[in-house]
This record gives sequence, structure tokens and C-alpha cells, in this order.
Amino acid sequence: MSTAREEILRRVRAAQGAPPDSTPAELPARPDKERGAVIDEFAEITADYRAVVERCSADDISARVAAALSTYDVRTVVVPPGLDAGWMRDVAAEHVPDDELTAAALDTIDAVVTAAAAAIADTGTIVLDHGADQGRRALTLVPDVHVCVVRESQVYADVPTGVRALRPAVEAGRALTWISGPSATSDIELQRVEGVHGPRTLHVIVAGD
Amino acid sequence: MTRVALFATCFNDTMWPQTPQATVRLLERLGVTVDFPAAQTCCGQMFTNTGYADEAIPLVRSFIDVFGSYDAVVAPSGSCTGSVRDQYADLAARAGDPGLAADVAQMTPRVHELSEYLVDVLGVTDVGAYFPHRVTYHPTCHSLRMLRVGDRPLRLLRAVKGIDLVELPGAEECCGFGGTFAMKNADTSVAMGGDKVRHIRETEAEVVVAGDNSCLAHIGGLLDRQRSGVRSMHLAEVLASTEEEPA
Amino acid sequence: MSSPARHQSSAGGQDIPHARTTSTFVGMPKFPAMAKEALANTQQRHNLNHATHTIRAKRAEVVDEVPDWEALRVDGAGTKDRVLADLDTYLLQLEDNLTRAGATVHWARDADEANRIVVDLVRAQQVEEVVKVKSMATQEIELNEALEAAGISAWETDLAELIVQLGHDRPSHILVPAIHRNRSEIREIFRAEMGKVGKPAPDDLTDDPARLADAARLHLREKFLRAKVAVSGTNFAIADTGTLVVLESEGNGRMCLTLPETLISVVGIEKVLPTWDDLGTFMQLLPRSSTGERMNPYTSTWTGVTPGDGPQEVHVVLLDNGRTSVLADEVGRQALRCIRCSACLNVCPVYERAGGHAYGSVYPGPIGAVLTPQLRGTGSKVDQSLPYASSLCGACFDVCPVRIEIPKLLVRLRTQVVDEHRGGAPSAEAVSMKAAAWMFADHRRLEKAQQAVTASSRLFGRRTSLENLPWPATSWSTARNAPAPPRETFRQWWLRTHGEDA
Repeated sequence: MSTAREEILRRVRAAQGAPPDSTPAELPARPDKERGAVIDEFAEITADYRAVVERCSADDISARVAAALSTYDVRTVVVPPGLDAGWMRDVAAEHVPDDELTAAALDTIDAVVTAAAAAIADTGTIVLDHGADQGRRALTLVPDVHVCVVRESQVYADVPTGVRALRPAVEAGRALTWISGPSATSDIELQRVEGVHGPRTLHVIVAGD
Repeated sequence: MTRVALFATCFNDTMWPQTPQATVRLLERLGVTVDFPAAQTCCGQMFTNTGYADEAIPLVRSFIDVFGSYDAVVAPSGSCTGSVRDQYADLAARAGDPGLAADVAQMTPRVHELSEYLVDVLGVTDVGAYFPHRVTYHPTCHSLRMLRVGDRPLRLLRAVKGIDLVELPGAEECCGFGGTFAMKNADTSVAMGGDKVRHIRETEAEVVVAGDNSCLAHIGGLLDRQRSGVRSMHLAEVLASTEEEPA
Repeated sequence: MSSPARHQSSAGGQDIPHARTTSTFVGMPKFPAMAKEALANTQQRHNLNHATHTIRAKRAEVVDEVPDWEALRVDGAGTKDRVLADLDTYLLQLEDNLTRAGATVHWARDADEANRIVVDLVRAQQVEEVVKVKSMATQEIELNEALEAAGISAWETDLAELIVQLGHDRPSHILVPAIHRNRSEIREIFRAEMGKVGKPAPDDLTDDPARLADAARLHLREKFLRAKVAVSGTNFAIADTGTLVVLESEGNGRMCLTLPETLISVVGIEKVLPTWDDLGTFMQLLPRSSTGERMNPYTSTWTGVTPGDGPQEVHVVLLDNGRTSVLADEVGRQALRCIRCSACLNVCPVYERAGGHAYGSVYPGPIGAVLTPQLRGTGSKVDQSLPYASSLCGACFDVCPVRIEIPKLLVRLRTQVVDEHRGGAPSAEAVSMKAAAWMFADHRRLEKAQQAVTASSRLFGRRTSLENLPWPATSWSTARNAPAPPRETFRQWWLRTHGEDA
């Protein structure tokens, strides 16, 4: 008896018919958008999905991070190992380094502050590739407040350009997390409720480079 | 002189003769010479859509025989036109007859639903009709989504003198007829039709108009059972109506 | 006589097995009977009407925002077709890249084999429970039932799936499985059932959706934090990188995909996309078609094992279970383009009224009416009735993000059902179809029959509309009048007014 693998491949080959003779047609290019408009769109659409969005200059990041955390009464905040230390300069809450914290330990921490790998304007999406300034996946999942600093240069106009830009991270074996607004459900009578299992508060700071 | 073959459709021929009659009056009024090839019977849609493809194939052949020599064929039915234009190629392929397939490919683009023929071939939207009634229009699914007739019927209706045309809520939703669906799934069909009829009655229209008597038989059958007083009428009859000869 | 519609393209098609009907659905009544029952449930009809119309409107709004939507549909369909035409190559490439990235790849010919693989993998971890991300593939193979039989509890973590599981119910929608339930029903289920399997619902639980969602958060968090093994499906499997992709909203997916030590994903073999860049199209098509959002709140992608982050033991089970038999039909195979968005359910006038349970399978609505009989064959009464569970209105094709010609496939399957009954004792329907075909074969026969119709018109006097029709048209006249026959057919009129002697 053949193995399942051989048998399925045999069935596939018997079923699939002739290979295609056409190469994929290119999607028509979208018109270029001006950078400022792309950033504006990102901020607008991200806010439309009930994330809190603010914009600032690069010099202002630490003040904005500190202000955001105090708004949410954060007492403890977990910090990825590679986060720019300057961003946390003004933060009063207790910094907890990610020292292989268990999920249960993370569950006792109020917030997390991270950078991002990329962002997509026309869907209001931030993408984490869980590099050193973002931390492993559990960090941005278990605590209830996520403050994410996105640099303007990281914002792509649309999904296809964002996807292409993320390819090297994927080829390097990195896991990605795409985040578009806070956790939400529409499972009860199609009424949207923010905040189920992921962070119930998503605070995005769009900062100049 | 423009000349066209009328495909009356078997259903209209037998049960709704006033519709092809109106089509003839309308086209003749517009200066078109109409032929009615007497050998025509049925496009085969009921067979095809119920799964009886083998029974439909001879009807494809006879349709080609009857209408193949005409430059244009017009039918006062979106679904029968749709069946010819959308399903004949598959039936010819099933028949395994390349000659038939070639004939189908060559001929079926010349088969037009009435509103398409008027707007696209004759290039008219004002057909000189007079119909002083409150009317709502139901765009049947096959006209809308198989033939993509778009707003052609509405453009024709808007140009009718005296008409009070009111928008139908949920217009693009199926009435629930669906051919043998109306019998095989009668409960669901009637539930769908119930909502359609409720929307029609909400418009307070005197007349509901559509381009398919099959859907109208279902809608009208529900309206009659409810003793609603709303008439159902084919688009051709409204467009054929004049002050001298009102519908 | 011409050949039946199935397996036209492939010489090897005949020995490719269909999927078995799983125990839940064996002996299900035909669609019309189930639909009749559902139609009588006014609460469910109200819930369904509200939900489908809400999501329909949301979808239309976000689709209208995309200027090149039609080009994306064409691209999505084309990409899927390329995969299906070269599936062996892509599956081997996927396997190769997954293995290289530290995942273990398993192959399962059918539901039983897939279930056995998963049960063995879970047992090897010596655990008695798993957490699950909502997945159509695992529902299709009834994995939860198999795990339960092996003494393993499978906790559904999607809110709607939780509602269904706690309610000892079945999902009725691909995306919103508890669409048939309203908030007060959900509150009752949570209050009665949560405590039996874990953290009970709060005593003061109201039917406010936010409170209900919060109860689910609390109930499930203890399960997430202790789970050692998670089971998922996948939305896309990227061949050229070995990446799996899961879209979700609540964060339950991230919990399952991130916190446990072992992750097992059951992946239908049609889920493959050729390249990472193909997500550029599909990540636009799926969220907008599915939840009617520009983007779903969370998407996770993972490529095998990521050292130091997330599950360190990653398994992927590639599942056939009838998919190759669908692939063998050169027209029908387009159903395998389906990305399970459920847009076709939400616009379907039949689904809206009959509900998901009437379809006798985990795949309801228009796509279910084609996919289920393709996967399982048309041997059973329910599977024979599914292709007829449509008025062929075509709304499903218009919203399908990968342009599956569902109406055309329905007609094709109806033909298959009729063809499979040819040769035996003919049904009443087959007899009347044959008789009608004979009549239409010659216009003189039609004219004879028409004479009988016009003659009968005298019986009805001035009535224009009839209340009762004899068999076989009785099902017509339960709620609908019928037109009285005319005194003169059109062709009689034509002869009188336009005939040579006229």
C-alpha cells in the first residue's frame, strides 16, 4: 500500500489535467500617492477602527509614550529587549524586562510598548515582525494595553506594497502579526464589540523619522 | 427596413399571449418588420436548469435551425434570452458536436432581450408609450445578473408619458420564482416571494412591471392570492400602451 | 447518449474517492424538509435577516472603496487556477519549505486518517485538552468528536464557536457560526453551560454583547494560559516560503498560535498560494468579502518554528478528503478556489430564509450547495437535493471574490444528479420532462397541446386567476394563484392577424 503522501500526489496528478500555459497577468499599477497623504490616510483609517492614534515628531516620542501609559493608569509595562531606551525615558510605570516571562506572568502586566516593522495606510494596519524592538509574540498579546510607535517611513500605501516589503522578514523565518485596531468580535448579532482576547487598547503613535 | 425574428417563448405563447402581441405592436410601431417563425417551440431552459441536459440539446439544435438565418432575434424574456446566450455553449459542448458549438457561438450573440433590442439595436429609449399609472419595476435576476441589462428597462419606463415610476425597495433581490425551484422548494420560494410582494405593496404602486412573465406569474400569483389589487404586467405591454390603445 | 458531467477531463478521475459523509450528517433529510422547519422558526429568521443584511451592507461599502476590485477578483481567481493546475508541484514546494523551517508535514487522504494523525500527536504530548482556532477543515473532518472519543477535550475559542459548542449546537454560517442565535439565547447558554466546563459566567451577566464577550474572555483565558497544545486550520499556505496564515478578529487565534508548546494545523490541499506576494491580492479580497472590514483585526503568519518565540513543535497535516475528486472535474474544480469568506451566504436569498443547518454539511449557503455534493458525491438524498437549493439568482457569483460561477456549477450538479438516475426506474419528474421534451421537439405537437389549454379556458369563464391547481402543481397553489389559460395562444393570434390569409 502506498503512503498517504504518494497516494495524494498520485490523485492530484491524475486530476489536475494539463499544466497552465499562461503566465499571470500583472495587476494594473495603482496611481502613486503623495507621502503626506499616505501618512494622513494611515492615521485616519487606523483611528476609524477604534485605535487611539496620535502623531508627533521623533523628539517627542518619549513624552507621548509616557503620557499614553499614564492615561491608561499603567503601573507595570513590559519592554522588548531591543526597544530604543530613549522612548521609555519619561515613563513612570515600572519597566519589566522580558526575561522569559511565562504567559501567566505576562497576564499580570498592564501594558507593552513596542516599535513596528511596517504599516499599511489604506487598511489601517500595523505589522510586527517581532524583531528585538517588538519582542516575541506573547508580549503584544497578553497585556491589555499595547502602545506601538510607528515611524512615518514605515508606512506603505496599500496591502500589496506592504506585503512585498515584508518578504525579507518572512524569508528570514520571522513570524508576523498584523494588527488593525484592537481585538474585536461581531459574533453577537453582528454588533461590533472591541476587546476580547487581545489587548483591548491599541494606542498608535505615528512619529517622524 | 429593419427586420427581426420574434422568439415569443413557449410560456408566453401558451399562457401570456398578450406579451408577445404587445411586443409585435410595439416593434411595428417603431417601424420594424417582425417575423414569427412558426417552427419555434422552447429554448430548453426548464430542462437545462432542472438537470435534464440531454432533453435540452435537441431544443438547442432546433433553435439554431429556426432562428439561425436571422440577423436579429428578440425575446420578451430575460431568462429565456439568458438561457440561449449563457447556457447553449455548455449544452453544445456536452453534445460533443463541434458544428453545433460553432453555430451557437456564431448565432447566440444576435439574440436580444426586448429592452436590449430597443436601446442597443434600435437606439431608442422613448418608444412613444402612454401609461398613466403608478408603477414599480422589478428587475428579474436573469436580466440583471445573467444578461446585465442594467438600467435599460428603467430608461425605457422613465420615458413613458404619464407614468408615475416609483422605486422598489430591495429591487435586486430575487422574487423566489427560480423555475422548478418554485415547486421543489415551494416553502422557501413563497417566503422569498412574500418579502418581494411586501416591498411592492409598500410602494403603493398599481402595477408591478418586469421583463419576465415567469417571475410575474409567481409575484402576481401571490398578489392575487392576497387580493392586493396590484396588477402585474410585462414591460412590453407598458411600452406598447398608447393613448389610443391603452393597456 | 452524451457522457455524464463528472470527471470529463481526467482518465484517472474514476478511482479518486469522494469524502465520506461524517456521522453528524448521515441520513439528514433533504433540503426542502430542513428549510421548511427553519422557516417556521421566526426567531431564527429574524436573527438571520438582520445579520445577513447588516454584513451585506458592510461588505458593499468597503468593496466600493477599492477602485480595482474587479481586477483583484480576476487576479485571485487566476492565482487559484494556477495553483490547481500545478498542485503537485506547489504541495511539494510547500512541504519542502515547511520542513526546512522546522515543521513536520503529515499527509491525510481522508477524515479518519487526519483525525488519527492529530489524536496521536496530541497523545504524544500527554495532555487531555487542546485549544482550537476556528477552522472549517477540522469541522469538516469532525476532529472534535474524534478527540473526544480519544478522551481529549477540544476547546473552541472563537466566540461564536464557543456559543455553538456550549449550546450543544451546530454552526450555521462559515464566518459567524452562531448567526442563528440572538443575545438573550447566548446569555442563557453561557449561564447554563460555562460552569460545567470551566470558569462559570458571572452571576450578574446581562445580554449586553460587551458583557457577553467579556464573559468569554474570562472563561477562555484560563484555558489559554494552561494549554500545551493548539489546533488550527489555515487561510493560506504559501508555497515559496512555507508560511501559514490565519486571519481572525478576537485574538483567540493569536493565543492559540502563540502560547502553547505544540501547534497542529490541518490544511486542505487547496489552500496553497504560490508566493508570499500573492497575499497582496488575497489580503484585500478576503477581509472585505468576509467581515466587511478593510482588514480583520489580527492576522498571524508563521514559518515553521521560530526559535524562542511561540510553539517549538509545529505540525502541518495536509488534507485531501475529497478535494482531489473535485479537482478531477475540469469545470467543477473552480469550487476549490473558495477562500471561505462567506460573502455568498450573506447575499443568498435562500440561505437568508432557510438558515445554515438546512444544508446538511459544515459548508452552508451557495458554496455549500456546490462544494458539499462535489466533495461527498451525489449518492445521498441530501446531497442530491443541495444543487436544487437555489433559485439561480446569481447574487453569489457577483460577490464571490474569486469569481466561482456558483449558478453554473449548480446546474452542472443538477445534471449530474439526473444523469446518475438515468437507466433506472424513471421518477415522475423524469417522465414528465421526457413528455415535455417530446412535445417541444415539433411545433405541431406543441400546437396540439396548446389547443387543449385554450379549450380548457372555457371552463374558467371570466376568471383570470385560479386558486387551486391539481397535482403535480399543488405545491404552486398553496400560496399562489395561477393565471387562467387564455382563449387564444399567441401563435393563433399571429396566424389570425399576420398569417398569409390575414
